[in-house]
Amino acid sequence: MTPETAILGAIAVPLLGAALIGAAHRVPDLREAVTLVTAVALFLLVATLAPGVLAGARPAAHVAEVMPGIDLAFRVEPLGMLFALVSSGLWIVNSLYSIGYMRGNREAHQTRYYVCFAAALASTMGIAFAGNLFTLFLFYEALTLVTYPLVTHHGTDEARRAGRLYIGVLVGTSIVFLLVAIIWTWAITGTIEFEPGGILAGSASNATVGLLLALYVFGIGKAAVMPVHRWLPAAMVAPTPVSALLHAVAVVKAGAFAVVKVVVYVFGVEAISGLASVDWLPFIAGFTVIAASIVALRSDDLKRRLAYSTVSQLSYVVLAAALLTPLSVIGAALHIATHALGKITLFFCAGAIYTAAHKSRVSELDGIGRHMPWTMAAFTVGALSLIGVPPAAGFVSKWFIISGALQAGHYPAVAVFIASTLLNAAYFLPIVHAAFFRRGPEDAHAAHGEAPWPMVAATTATAAATIALFFVADLPLALARQLSFGPAG
Amino acid sequence: MISSHLPILLVVVPLIAAPVMVILRSGAAAWVLAIAVSWAALAISGALFVQVAGGGHVSYFLGSWPAPWGIEYRVDVVNAYLALLVGVVAAVVSVYSPRSVLAEIEPGRRYLFYTMYALCLSGLLGIAVTGDAFNLFVFLEISSLSSYVLIALGRDRRALMAAYQYLILGTIGATFYVIGVGMLYLATGTLNLADMAARLAGVSEPRAVLAALAFITVGVSLKLALFPLHLWLPNAYAYAPSAVTAFLAATATKVSVYVLLRYYYSVFGGSTVFHALPMGEILLVFSLAAMFIASTIAIFQENVKRMFAYSSVAQIGYITLGVALASMTGLTAGLVHVFNHALTKGALFLLLGGIALRAGAMRFGSIGGIGRVMPLTCFGIVLGGLSLIGVPATVGFVSKWYLVQAALERGSPWIAFAVVASSLLALVYVWRFIEVAYFREPDARVSALREAPASMLVPAWALIAACIYFGIDTDLTLGGAAAAAWELIRGPQ
Repeated sequence: MTPETAILGAIAVPLLGAALIGAAHRVPDLREAVTLVTAVALFLLVATLAPGVLAGARPAAHVAEVMPGIDLAFRVEPLGMLFALVSSGLWIVNSLYSIGYMRGNREAHQTRYYVCFAAALASTMGIAFAGNLFTLFLFYEALTLVTYPLVTHHGTDEARRAGRLYIGVLVGTSIVFLLVAIIWTWAITGTIEFEPGGILAGSASNATVGLLLALYVFGIGKAAVMPVHRWLPAAMVAPTPVSALLHAVAVVKAGAFAVVKVVVYVFGVEAISGLASVDWLPFIAGFTVIAASIVALRSDDLKRRLAYSTVSQLSYVVLAAALLTPLSVIGAALHIATHALGKITLFFCAGAIYTAAHKSRVSELDGIGRHMPWTMAAFTVGALSLIGVPPAAGFVSKWFIISGALQAGHYPAVAVFIASTLLNAAYFLPIVHAAFFRRGPEDAHAAHGEAPWPMVAATTATAAATIALFFVADLPLALARQLSFGPAG
Repeated sequence: MISSHLPILLVVVPLIAAPVMVILRSGAAAWVLAIAVSWAALAISGALFVQVAGGGHVSYFLGSWPAPWGIEYRVDVVNAYLALLVGVVAAVVSVYSPRSVLAEIEPGRRYLFYTMYALCLSGLLGIAVTGDAFNLFVFLEISSLSSYVLIALGRDRRALMAAYQYLILGTIGATFYVIGVGMLYLATGTLNLADMAARLAGVSEPRAVLAALAFITVGVSLKLALFPLHLWLPNAYAYAPSAVTAFLAATATKVSVYVLLRYYYSVFGGSTVFHALPMGEILLVFSLAAMFIASTIAIFQENVKRMFAYSSVAQIGYITLGVALASMTGLTAGLVHVFNHALTKGALFLLLGGIALRAGAMRFGSIGGIGRVMPLTCFGIVLGGLSLIGVPATVGFVSKWYLVQAALERGSPWIAFAVVASSLLALVYVWRFIEVAYFREPDARVSALREAPASMLVPAWALIAACIYFGIDTDLTLGGAAAAAWELIRGPQ
């Protein structure tokens, strides 16, 4: 199979899967089988691209010239490769988990759910492999739209309100800021291709570069840099597997990914480092890291706490990219992968607790570890990864990010990372402590044991992967290094 | 050679069909004839477009009287682009119409409906191809009078009032236009547009010419429903029969935009209108007002059809904004939006016709949960709505891209932000429909409804598919618009 086929297949296979899932709506077992087969097929397709990219190839596919000079085209570079691998790989696990969750909670409209999920993955692949800003924008908007029915899945008034916020903020910022930024870039440079070293270098004044950076960062609402973060906690009204794969991995990482991609391939790290008009970004991102952590600390609702933790961790990526050093950019890319593994594990645990024990508040979790040992052990691993404790994967990316901050001599950023590590510990460790060492009220957990086995299996798998990635980080590290140092790096 | 007669055939074929329909006195026969002339119009306009797409023009002299004594039909890529649009819409609407007509028009009047439709089509195509100022007025009146009748045929009694309103305002518009033409005739002594343009250069008394420009601008702006001269439009669109709304929304205002452009660029000259005179600034103000005020009004409508009618006023603002930016990119944006918005709004009104047929009512309060019972119709409306918002991979995005680019090229980022900000208002009103259609529980009456018939769904979805296809492959739409913009900007040769 040629790389071009694999790229187009990565978009087409989940779309085809979505159609087949819809066709199989009367036979749930077949429908779920289609989902799993599609997920595995997608991951294998994406994986075939990896060796080439590691060897320095940049496979491309051209679909159509939409407007003169504006193409619908794909090109796989290391960052997109990493993002696609993580998202498609976790989709397999998440599908297994979804089956347990959706059946365990007797959710309605399950066909629509699986169809939209497959379409969301197609959009995610489009974002990961986008060869230019137009293609990125196209799939970015598509991802918002196809995840809307997932966010509003329950059809309640709360879901409808959350959906309004979701669409309003994500589509609103993307149209008003991101689209204008893209067209502005096109008007200035005459190109919207992603080029190593950036395309704006030399064509725009410093003030314009600063303004464009603001338009990009706040236009990419999925990166949830404050103050455009409110949609993410609101989206927690969705079923938990949606929060797990989409609002901890695919959608939010699409945002962080897009910010890193724009910084590296549109602005160019070297071209804008030291520029006075862009040095505000680390502070905005740093503020988000701290402020979101404090909100997380004060949230009793477990999913809301995880959501604010995500807001905080996304700004790690943005902050790391904004430091504009080779090491921090490597850290930013790695953090997309390591946070994805850790956070999806935590969401899996939240969903397992909800399904087995019907509990969603932190204060209700005393002693739950004795009844759900696998789940809470996985939770502990995920928490340690987010705090950045070895041997969990989060340590690796944090190491590179902090090294980058030191390399840049950016001490406020270093302080942010230290403070945030403490805050992470402060909002995760008490949960672990309560689950294992406190005694719950009499009979609080007597009626239930572990969650259904597909959920436990999925949770354990991602937790194991979180640890494994600490020891075998070669692949993501090799990809991330190429981002900073080119194919030879 | 038949091909040299294409310009006149384009007008004469539907014009002759009209009296034949009256003679036949049969609704079914009239419908078959209407389909035949509509598809013939599409074929002829397509052939004309191919002839002139590369540049140059085709002239046809009525009765072989040479211009400027006789009437000249003069087709260049601008007219052909518009005629092709009218042909496409007519072809789709004619196929769609029988179910809507069956439900909305009394049996005895059905053949008259198609008669009026053929006349209206003939008038619109005539405006598009004629090169004569007074002949243009005649066709303007043919299309207007027939559309007053078409609107009045609406099932709702308020349709009569709407048609009357449109009659009054449309007549004022036509009168203003003809006053303007009269002044130009006094100043130049000719009615042939090309000849007029050549003679205007030598006119020593510019005051009459300026007055003519003002009269023609106001008159035509009434017909194209430029804010605040749009007052006739919401009621006319809301209460007209479904097929009529779709047909008029997609063609009538668009043809009027063409008339304005033809006078501005081919008669008065682009540099006179936009550089010596502040027409660009004036249009800019009204366009922005249309985009924001009409969209805001749309958000608060209770009637879905009226909501999309106000949306049309706003979208016309996008078109005139492109014109006001007065650059190659801006004019291309305006012209491509003429085509793109026609496809989008045509599709939306056709789909709404399905709801009107099944539910009878168009109020938000009475169609809650309709997405469950009419999934194809409602999903089509969602896709059309996304095109109104300007989501990528829809035609609306292409227009918006060029508008924003034109604004940035002009050095006015604030206009670029105004364009994108106003599309958020579209997001609000489109989402209002989505929430009503999908989140409300259908009541007993809505639950009993069925999906719209295939004869309505297929044409409507053909337009929706076109909204997406031309959002990705823009060779025809953008290529045609760019060629037309270039033809207009370089002026008479």
